[in-house]
Amino acid sequence: MFAQIAAGVGMTVSITGASLLIGALLGLPLVAARRSAWTPLRTLATAYIDIVRTIPPITWLFLIYFGLPQYALRLDSVSASIIGFSMIASAYMAETYRSGLLSIPQGQWEAATALGMKFLPKTRYIITPQAFKVTLPAIAAYAISLLKDSALASTIGVHEITYQAGLVSRATHQGLLAFSIAGLLYIAMSIPLALAARRVDRVLRQKLEVA
Amino acid sequence: MPFLDQWISWLPALSPGLGVSLTLTGLCLLFGMPFGLLLALILEGPVKPLRIAALVVVEVGRGAPALVLLYLLYFGLPEGGVTLSAFATGVISLSWTTGAYASELFRSGLAAVPAGQREAAVTSGLRGWSGFRYIILPQAIRISTPPLASLGVTIFQTSSLAFVIAVPELMSKAYALGSITFEYLSVFALTSVLYGSITLVALAFVRLAEQRLSRHL
Repeated sequence: MFAQIAAGVGMTVSITGASLLIGALLGLPLVAARRSAWTPLRTLATAYIDIVRTIPPITWLFLIYFGLPQYALRLDSVSASIIGFSMIASAYMAETYRSGLLSIPQGQWEAATALGMKFLPKTRYIITPQAFKVTLPAIAAYAISLLKDSALASTIGVHEITYQAGLVSRATHQGLLAFSIAGLLYIAMSIPLALAARRVDRVLRQKLEVA
Repeated sequence: MPFLDQWISWLPALSPGLGVSLTLTGLCLLFGMPFGLLLALILEGPVKPLRIAALVVVEVGRGAPALVLLYLLYFGLPEGGVTLSAFATGVISLSWTTGAYASELFRSGLAAVPAGQREAAVTSGLRGWSGFRYIILPQAIRISTPPLASLGVTIFQTSSLAFVIAVPELMSKAYALGSITFEYLSVFALTSVLYGSITLVALAFVRLAEQRLSRHL
């Protein structure tokens, strides 16, 4: 029984990992747009972030998986769930980045400008290293919550942990055991994430000599 | 706009589902919040076996996906000889999730009360429980209220998961309507509008309450 449920771990990790990566990348232009001085762009980015976050993930998945084929965009369940979770992750990551950027004193931007740095080197060498340190724990926390959200992909038939546990429980009539194993697998997967984040966080803090 | 007429004609089919979603959320908050406070008090308390039990409840409630907890109780309770309706199972399961998250918020609220308050309570002769009950707890609850309200909004979104155990809430009504009309995109778009608008209104109230509460802090 354990082996069959654990067979879903790969799929859970792939969906979480792919969505987190895509979401983290999409979050960068999104946070830039969110902080843009040009009002239409800022409004658009704010609206996107708010709309994505106020609608439950399961509704997004159903909208993409059942809704889009109506207009001939037929997606398999894995791509549909990666698209859905990437969208959701991009909105949350943009907000995470934004809080990281807000924590950097205005003086840092001004000092970099005073040294004659252009936007890109300023962002790359001055702001990002400091923002990254502040944001990392929040990113790790979001990764863990995305890992748990990925269980929703089972509702559109992705063969991940929860789906496998459902199959096992129907076959053996031991739902309690099957879903306990599934729950413990999720917990076991999030512990190393939390520990790794804490360690990296500590190392980065020491390196930058900031309390 | 043709889709708007369609949406209006669908509203009577979806609104009972929305009612169930809101009832489910309300009951989960009603049971989950006191449960969370109880868990927080046990976790801060002196009884070690109880503390370990509460820790397991909290860590499983936060660590396992809410969906897995729903399935766990839905399939698990009948195996233990307890047969409940899908709705009751949904309430129990989501209250567990609510309680687990709320307990952490209550604990951070308790930790945020300055140590001087405890010392002042003891010097004023309010020892142990009475000092805690009249001095520390009211301040901690006031500090925890804004994040708890945000949690309430999140729980409303999470109530959509009850769909998987056949609770007739908004998502399941929408899915049923979609399979009758084959207008999945439009039906789920309307569902998104319903979830989104209620969430946005609720969040606006949370922000308002936050401002009012922080006036005296």
